[in-house]
Amino acid sequence: MSLPNGWEMVIGLEVHTELKTKTKLFCGCANAFGSAPNTQVCPICLGLPGSLPVMNERAVELAMAIGFALNCTIQDSTFHRKNYFYPDMPKDYQISQYDVPINAHGYLTLPDGFRVSIERAHMEEDTGKTTHLGTSGRIHGADRSLVDYNRSGVPLVEIVSGPDIRTSQQARDYVAELRAILIAIGASDGRMEEGSLRVDANVSVRKADAPFGTRCEIKNLNSLRSLQRAIEYEALRQIEVLEDGGKIRQETRHWDEDRGETSTLRVKEEAEDYRYFREPDLVDLAPDQAWRDRVKAGLPRLPAERRGLIESLLGELSDAQRDAVATIVDQGLDEYVLGVADAKGDVSLALARTANEIAANVAGRTNLSVANFVATVAMEQLGQLSATQAKTVLGELLESGGDPAAIAKAKGFEQLSSDTLSVTVGELIEANPDEWQRFKDGDDKLAQFFIGLVMKATKGQANGKAVIAELQSRR
Amino acid sequence: MKTAQQIANDVRAGESALVAVEASLAAIKARNEELNVFLYVDEDGARTAAEAVDAKVRRGEDPGLLAGVPIALKDNMCTTGIPTTCSSKILEGWKPPYNATVVDMLAAQGAISMGKTNLDEFAMGSSTENSAFGPTRNPLDPTRVPGGSSGGSAAAVAAEMTPLSLGSDTGGSIRQPAALCGLVGVKPTYGLVSRYGLIAFASSLDQIGPFASTVTDAALLLEAISGHDPMDSTSLPEPAPSLVAHVNDGVAGKRIALVRELVEGADDAVVASVNRAVEVLKDAGATIVELSIPELHLGLSAYYLIAPAEASSNLARYDGVRFGNRIDGDDVTAMMEATRTAGFGAEVKRRIMLGTYALSAGYFDAYYGQALKVRTRMIEAFAAAYQQADMIIGATTPSVAFTFGSKTNDPMAMYLNDVFTIPTNLAGEAALSVPFGTGEADLPIGVQLLGPGRSEARLFAAARVLEIADGR
Amino acid sequence: MTEPLSREDVSHVAKLARLRLTEEELVRYTEQLGKILVHAQDLNSLDLAGVAPTAHPFGLVNVVRQDEVHPSIDPAAVLAEAPDAEDGRFAVPRIVGEAP
Ligand SMILES: [Zn+2]
Repeated sequence: MSLPNGWEMVIGLEVHTELKTKTKLFCGCANAFGSAPNTQVCPICLGLPGSLPVMNERAVELAMAIGFALNCTIQDSTFHRKNYFYPDMPKDYQISQYDVPINAHGYLTLPDGFRVSIERAHMEEDTGKTTHLGTSGRIHGADRSLVDYNRSGVPLVEIVSGPDIRTSQQARDYVAELRAILIAIGASDGRMEEGSLRVDANVSVRKADAPFGTRCEIKNLNSLRSLQRAIEYEALRQIEVLEDGGKIRQETRHWDEDRGETSTLRVKEEAEDYRYFREPDLVDLAPDQAWRDRVKAGLPRLPAERRGLIESLLGELSDAQRDAVATIVDQGLDEYVLGVADAKGDVSLALARTANEIAANVAGRTNLSVANFVATVAMEQLGQLSATQAKTVLGELLESGGDPAAIAKAKGFEQLSSDTLSVTVGELIEANPDEWQRFKDGDDKLAQFFIGLVMKATKGQANGKAVIAELQSRR
Repeated sequence: MKTAQQIANDVRAGESALVAVEASLAAIKARNEELNVFLYVDEDGARTAAEAVDAKVRRGEDPGLLAGVPIALKDNMCTTGIPTTCSSKILEGWKPPYNATVVDMLAAQGAISMGKTNLDEFAMGSSTENSAFGPTRNPLDPTRVPGGSSGGSAAAVAAEMTPLSLGSDTGGSIRQPAALCGLVGVKPTYGLVSRYGLIAFASSLDQIGPFASTVTDAALLLEAISGHDPMDSTSLPEPAPSLVAHVNDGVAGKRIALVRELVEGADDAVVASVNRAVEVLKDAGATIVELSIPELHLGLSAYYLIAPAEASSNLARYDGVRFGNRIDGDDVTAMMEATRTAGFGAEVKRRIMLGTYALSAGYFDAYYGQALKVRTRMIEAFAAAYQQADMIIGATTPSVAFTFGSKTNDPMAMYLNDVFTIPTNLAGEAALSVPFGTGEADLPIGVQLLGPGRSEARLFAAARVLEIADGR
Repeated sequence: MTEPLSREDVSHVAKLARLRLTEEELVRYTEQLGKILVHAQDLNSLDLAGVAPTAHPFGLVNVVRQDEVHPSIDPAAVLAEAPDAEDGRFAVPRIVGEAP
């Protein structure tokens, strides 16, 4: 989307990711989604008097891994208390990193090469979850609220970008890339709908090269689509206000996905007074070189590198293929394509089958070995299976495993012998003399006409390439 | 009354733990109404625990360092299923679902918890007059305060209800009542004793420590509760020090510094006691040096910013949502305000507001930030002093026990009671108070011995020299 | 010396701390807190330029625990201590305003 009259968006994103640890940040309660309310609680994450926090080592390591993946400086860091009263926060303060976060000054490179700076990626604890009783289900109009502390104390890393993003598409690409990285390094499951990955967008507009305008923070962005739509709506809203001679108020706004608009949530009349001070119940983090090295050594290859590897096997890429590569790297399905490449098979075909068939049933990948995938692709490539048949075989493999050749046989997918094909083609030429003549006169389009007839007559068992070869030999 | 050491020896030798428990219960019954020492007496629990100790002895198992020794717990330590109030209306009736680490450690060593003792609400005070459940009286003179905030725990031992008790010391809350009640009271090195389950007042200053009538008993109890706790991130990694074994090591060859700022402004009788203690230690072979540490003057101001600042945050959780009492309101904010306004007493509110102010935007650097820097200077000053001396001697309190109401109208006057004890908490180091001599109305005077981190054994040995000289 | 804090300050601080003060309390606390803060001016007598603040008495670092699940506590016991509960959750009166 381009903005009218030379306006430009300035976007900074704050992404909160829950870390994929077994336990919470400061206690041994399970960090799991979807349990019965208040079943994953203890004196510590309920903030009962006398309880004390103790740092989860794995959470620190995942935070460092995020720092490495985002090219940050990993530094000795401290924890603070952010004081404010809210019923979902058991201690009525949040333990968070403040002026000295564990990760600072990094960057993330988008697939198109655009670099977004990362100001910081710091650790903090999540709050509990509030349910509002009453007609609306939202906070307004509720007469009573219920609190579940299962999520309270779940480890979070908040990743704050610089105000470098200039379009809603870039914002979307940034979150998509960040999400892919977080999933790849095992820091997050990346589920935006479940709230394990949460995005807030700071949006302002300006005329090109003018100073930054007043920004609004948009919350409740539960999908990449919401993110993009909300930013676009918000930028246009701000432009309208400014062009009418108005001023933008610094405020927090709520994105309403159904109505497709943002509305005021909270006006920042004065900065909240959180009375930050050092958390006396925790000591500082000062990871030594050995610890840092160990975390760094444990990092897998990042999505950009993995995409690069697959793309290099393909040569010239279409846009659709580029998307397909992104999809399989996102889903961690690289091994299938790489397996076919190792076997000197058709990488482009492997990419299509992986991005479509396997990606449609990711859970089924445990049933599908790379070797069986390579074999199926080879059968299709050699013409032993038609495209339709290959898809069916893969579907079956993903569903319940097995041997691809055996499945093909059981399904009756053995290709027609060339004799049978030759007879069928001969019969069809006789039945359609006009079309045959035009084909002989050089109208290649009619090849498709005959392939269709052959497929119909053989119930899809013929191989398209073999039909063409047969037609050419008779031309 | 028998000492804790005698009781533990007798129980190990086959005497039933119930003997000491029944004696303790009888002493509590005799004077608790008059003195208001215990907020909760766990008669059944005590008897059951005593029987368990007896069974261990019968089976030939080690019943622990404190086998069958009755002990009183300040009511700011969490006890599973037993009311834990912090002497506050806001927690009245609350039964924690867990034990403080020290409570479990005591049980593991065979100690018998008799119940929970009165304190200044949330340990904020120096006289136990700030309890929501009425003041505790000094057993030595019931017209006077026992000191605070651990006044109930001090009174329990002074009234011979239990030979041992635990208090907590944030700015002097063990040493000052120990001095006023004629007991040995110890503020251990920060991190020596786990804070897990101790309801926080000021997290970077709080430490649990013992009260006892003898130096050896205090050492015994501290040894039993010391050591690393993985539930407390600020717990020192080293194992518990050996203390009882060194109680009679004496002070020969030790350098002891008499620090001017730790006697300045004290009553004549108190100054005389300290001077006499110095002579005793010199006679026992110590070298005495006189020092001035001017930074100690700033302790009070730094403390009364740092402690309230931390407290303002520690006490936020009392909001009527998850536990404790609630006063209803139209919305959640109104409910929280009503609950906290009705639930907290005047001193707690004063400190919450002071701490909130010290941390708030625009004032942080001028108050809290300055106080943290002064804390650094204080640590450096102590470190320099300990280059010249192995320990420091001074007064514990400026005077003997004072009468009820004499300081309640002027917070500053009350705070000045802690002027000699506060610096140790700011530095995170060790100190104890040992009774030595008497003052006005024949009331006891406490002499304070201070040392660097983990110097408790040294301090106990010096205290023992004074105890012997004092005829005990 | 000027008053270190005003009644408005005390009133603001009480609001931040979720405490309600009567007029009489407001006057009294303003005076008492003022006295304490005046006394605290002595902190400025030291030259503290370049001095690092101390938040912890000792310099322990990297105190961590293993990422191992420990049993949680019985939810019934937890909720039994709640001033108000419903449907396995802690109940509170309506919430005005979103979390920051
Ligand atoms: Zn927990």
